[in-house]
Amino acid sequence: MADIEIPILTTTVEKAVQWARRSSIWPVTFGLACCAIEMMAMSASRYDIARFGAEVFRGSPRQSDLMIVAGRLSRKMAPALRRVYDQMPDPKWVISMGACASCGGVFDNYAIVQGVDQVVPVDVFVPGCPPRPEALLYGIVQLQRKIDKQRMSA
Amino acid sequence: MPELRTETMTVNMGPQHPSTHGVLRLVLTLDGEVVISSDITIGYLHTGIEKTIEQKKWQQVIPLVERMDYLSSQSNSMAFCLSVEQLLGIEVPDRVKWIRVLLAELQRINSHLVWLGTHGMEIGAVTVMLYCFRERELLLNINELIAGFRMFPSYMRIGGLREDLPPGFHDAVRAFLDRFPPKLQEYQDLLTKNPIYIKRTKGVGALTREEALGLGLVGPLARASGVAYDVRRAFPYLGYETFDFDVPVGGNGDVFDRYLVRIEEMRQSTSICRQALERITPTGVFDIEDYRIVPPPKDRVYTEMEALIQHFLIYSQGFNVPAGEAYVPVEGPRGEQGFYVVSDGTNRPVRVKPRAPSLLACQALPKMIVGGLIADVIAVIGSTDVVMGDVDR
Repeated sequence: MADIEIPILTTTVEKAVQWARRSSIWPVTFGLACCAIEMMAMSASRYDIARFGAEVFRGSPRQSDLMIVAGRLSRKMAPALRRVYDQMPDPKWVISMGACASCGGVFDNYAIVQGVDQVVPVDVFVPGCPPRPEALLYGIVQLQRKIDKQRMSA
Repeated sequence: MPELRTETMTVNMGPQHPSTHGVLRLVLTLDGEVVISSDITIGYLHTGIEKTIEQKKWQQVIPLVERMDYLSSQSNSMAFCLSVEQLLGIEVPDRVKWIRVLLAELQRINSHLVWLGTHGMEIGAVTVMLYCFRERELLLNINELIAGFRMFPSYMRIGGLREDLPPGFHDAVRAFLDRFPPKLQEYQDLLTKNPIYIKRTKGVGALTREEALGLGLVGPLARASGVAYDVRRAFPYLGYETFDFDVPVGGNGDVFDRYLVRIEEMRQSTSICRQALERITPTGVFDIEDYRIVPPPKDRVYTEMEALIQHFLIYSQGFNVPAGEAYVPVEGPRGEQGFYVVSDGTNRPVRVKPRAPSLLACQALPKMIVGGLIADVIAVIGSTDVVMGDVDR
């Protein structure tokens, strides 16, 4: 075997799948309010989310595996959010962007859901009002680390 | 030959849709590709800001109103401050006026850049979006310089500004003003004579002058239809009458004219910014220096008993505003906006009612899209520049 000339790399299926999943996260465009503008700034020229392989924003939830909930979620919008989440194929992840999505933020009142984790399971919370694009990028990197540790058998 | 049977189709667009500028929902009835009726549902971003404001002290309202129309945050806080200042019967010093004018015009450019970027992207010109966001970052850097916050600086306060301008402010603004006009020309080169852009926008979603007036439209939407109404001219505030600028007016009232009007507005805003920057000294007075309304300087708080008491009173109880009501409109990026403010003489507002130009633009949407093609709906919604945070509050 010592004279094999083809360069090969051995790995487990699990590691290969984790690598593929984390390196091409496709977010669904779910901009709600102010945070959506910073989410766009993150995908635009200066911050360039393409460096982390997550630049393909999809209009359809059926083609996406990440939902970035960017902004305040009103009670009227909550069923629509859940429906979009249900339409996404597994495996799927959720980033809660900003104070309003994470806990209601300054809007502690009758209209706003006090945290989207009441509606969908959240993987990463990004604080800020709105968070800086760097903060959201950090959130995506954290999500990639999390994906790396997810076992296929589980 | 058997008769061709046709039936209409109902399409639900939104509230989650990549190009409805937020969570706007349209129920469209289609005959083939032609829209024959449209039903608009709003309220998916209802935040209860008006009710929350009633529980806040006057000065605490400013961060909330900035998050209302999140693309024109500084115009919002400026309009609110002007209304409350009228109730208090105070007038801010000239230097504060010029700084406010400068920041409001920079905010207009900022908002129009986001509009141009998203509108271009929606109808296929992705490059424009990347270019516009590149220049917008410079404006956000200026916000960060004055307040340490990119989008919602809360820099304008009742009775003046939060603090004095930081060192390097003039250089940063001047660098932007020098860099921006050639870039603006670049955007125009990309779009104004682009045959695809012209085909998608010329004659689309047109409103006549009478229709625009009848629907109560304001701002660039109305001016594209030929209504030369600009609050800065009609009811000057903050000394706008001393600035030299033009109010661009269109004639056809279609998507293309709205684009031209906004581009020219950005050019005029650049000119206003230059004039304002000339008048602003790097350091100087930044509030009315009446320490019942604005906090006293920090170095005095640490050394003088009286200043410490004033500081404590402002941050614990706020200040009382005489009973009455006031409405001072300003020309925001989307047109006339303002806050109808009612006080009962206490330290909290009784009612703050915003006048939202985006809501009126939503009201005009059916008129613009019925009879057109479904593909044009996106172009028309983009051209109205609605911000759902402004519509629903």
